[in-house]
Amino acid sequence: MAGLLFLPIAAPLVAASLAAIFGWHRWTAIVTALSAMAILGAGVTLAFFTDGESVVDSHHLVRADALSSTMLLVIGAVATLACLASIGYIDAELADGHTSPQAARLYGVLLPLFLATMALSVMAMSIGVMWVGIEATTVVTAFLVGHRRTRAALEATWKYVIICSFGIALAFLGTVLVYFAGTTGEPGNHSLDIDVLLSGAARLDPRVTSLAAGLLLLGYGAKAGLVPFHTWLADAHSQAPAPVSALMSGVLLSVAFYALLRVKSIIDLTLGEGFMRVGLIVMGLLTLAVAALLLVVQTDFKRMLAYSSMENMGIVAIAAAVGTRLAIAALLLHVLAHGVAKALVFVSSGAIQGAHGSTAIANVRAVLARSPLVGSAFTLGIVVLLGLPPFAMFASEWGVARALAAQHFGWLLGTMLVFVAIAFTGLVRAGSSMMLGAPQAGDTPFVPPRAIGGTLILGIGLSVALCFSLGPLTNLLDAAATTLGAGR
Amino acid sequence: MITATYTGILTLAAGSFLLAAVLIVWRRGLRATISLLAWQGVALATIPIANGVHQRSWMPIAVGIVVLALRGVLLPLLLARAVRGEDQGAREPTPLVNTTAALLVTAALTMIAYAATRPLIEHSPTPGTRAAPAAFAALLIAVFVMVSRRRAMSQAIGFLMLDNGIAATAFLITAGVPLIVELGASLDILFAMIVLGVLTDRMRQSFGDTDLNQLRELRD
Repeated sequence: MAGLLFLPIAAPLVAASLAAIFGWHRWTAIVTALSAMAILGAGVTLAFFTDGESVVDSHHLVRADALSSTMLLVIGAVATLACLASIGYIDAELADGHTSPQAARLYGVLLPLFLATMALSVMAMSIGVMWVGIEATTVVTAFLVGHRRTRAALEATWKYVIICSFGIALAFLGTVLVYFAGTTGEPGNHSLDIDVLLSGAARLDPRVTSLAAGLLLLGYGAKAGLVPFHTWLADAHSQAPAPVSALMSGVLLSVAFYALLRVKSIIDLTLGEGFMRVGLIVMGLLTLAVAALLLVVQTDFKRMLAYSSMENMGIVAIAAAVGTRLAIAALLLHVLAHGVAKALVFVSSGAIQGAHGSTAIANVRAVLARSPLVGSAFTLGIVVLLGLPPFAMFASEWGVARALAAQHFGWLLGTMLVFVAIAFTGLVRAGSSMMLGAPQAGDTPFVPPRAIGGTLILGIGLSVALCFSLGPLTNLLDAAATTLGAGR
Repeated sequence: MITATYTGILTLAAGSFLLAAVLIVWRRGLRATISLLAWQGVALATIPIANGVHQRSWMPIAVGIVVLALRGVLLPLLLARAVRGEDQGAREPTPLVNTTAALLVTAALTMIAYAATRPLIEHSPTPGTRAAPAAFAALLIAVFVMVSRRRAMSQAIGFLMLDNGIAATAFLITAGVPLIVELGASLDILFAMIVLGVLTDRMRQSFGDTDLNQLRELRD
């Protein structure tokens, strides 16, 4: 079992070394996709075996419990889609001469490294190593965002690296303060381990911990796209290549939020639930408001999708603030369903962008009629994101709403629903103007590259499968919520 | 090492650390700023080395030597190399905040830092924690540098100052975080600085300049 713990980190590292040695080839790209499937497989296996218990390797470096396994499922599922789509994306870029073999090699190395750093973050034993993993995601994704090397991509990369590095530096200070709040003399190499901190949380100094809590919330919040350090998000997610956007929007935000959930479970034991709840509610509501209002005025569909991710992180933050078992389970389902749907929409938006050479909503018409596959993938993804039944995001949003109602957060639920409704109208209007209608003169049919078509079919399958997966997932999500100490 | 000397060295290191930050606000020339950063890196490295000598333990001394090599020598050299490409006197253009106002802000930030770190001193009143407010002040000053300067290179310098400030706080209040975290953090910072260096190079190629006012294409 312990060997399996290193698989999600080691498999992408092997793929990265192969890409570094041999450059971009069809087979190295397939190895990368296989490493993504290995993460998914490890997630499924660990989820099946952990059963609420945590598995730790003999060196106390990595661990897996129900929460880590859930996150591995999200990473694995979205990464599989993104890696398969990358084959089509890079091959098309190489064929058009938009990218050089060197740039393709760099992409081939950084993509699996990105997966490895995310896997490390969700499996780290110590919140210090978790921080190292999350900071490393910024470093490896910088040149993935800037892959196109246009002025706009450069601008987006700069903002992304500066703001996220700044945020994550605050989180490091927060981590150091947690360590300081717990030290009573002898420093130990394990004093930042999650289990050690959880069992000793009552002994942390409360005033130092509250300072740490504020820094961790702002810091990891920046990386999760929460207000006030959200300004990088729409730029980076819209300028990155479509498969990278899928990974960043679909999982990287949730991996950063995972870090917040882990430290929250420790801080709650020291300061009580109320302390971080206030911060999360304020940041969550502001994020939701900013995202919904900017979403409806967008004229660029990739930016619109980025704001939709922000909107969902706002919902996730509010669910985390409530913190009951129902809320956390709904939050994790939301993260999973949103990840897969967002990957599907971003990959299909990449195909639309490729066919039009533009990301303006106004330039795109009648996609359903011109490319049934791309059109139905995009439409299905949007329908899932709208939170319509029978898809999984309906169940998760319903769960969050029920948790809010049960905790007498009526005003919060009401405000949240207003912004969700605003975002809903924005997505419906943009989506229908792009997808529906009859093709006019000059609107030619288009076919996506084969690898991308395959990815879209797989993504549609996954989204539909998630409707029926609530049964088997319930136990896992419930166990994950228990890991975080959620009561009721 | 006797405690009085140890306290003296820690206070001196933290003091020169803060002084370097204040001087960076005052001097706007990029070259002068980079020498000051190297000075700050040396002051930073003194802290774990003093800790190590005081506790008669090798590990903090080794960490101190790595910090000295990385933040006292390597990163300033990288920055100096990047600045050499910068033409026309390598000076921060007309600042958003003038020097007098900036120094007043610095003073205010230092006072805030002393107020904010009081819980730390109450939790564990060691010589190190007593010097921590200076490191925390340098950290806040770094944030101010990051938001008030317009050249890409100055923002990168602000980020390195911020990171120095965090490292100094960490070394002063704890005997050092676990080694694996320390190494990981240092490596991440090195890579982040390399990324920023490559980005300024690319910016210079495509904009002919690193004035961040050029970055105006993406907005809502």
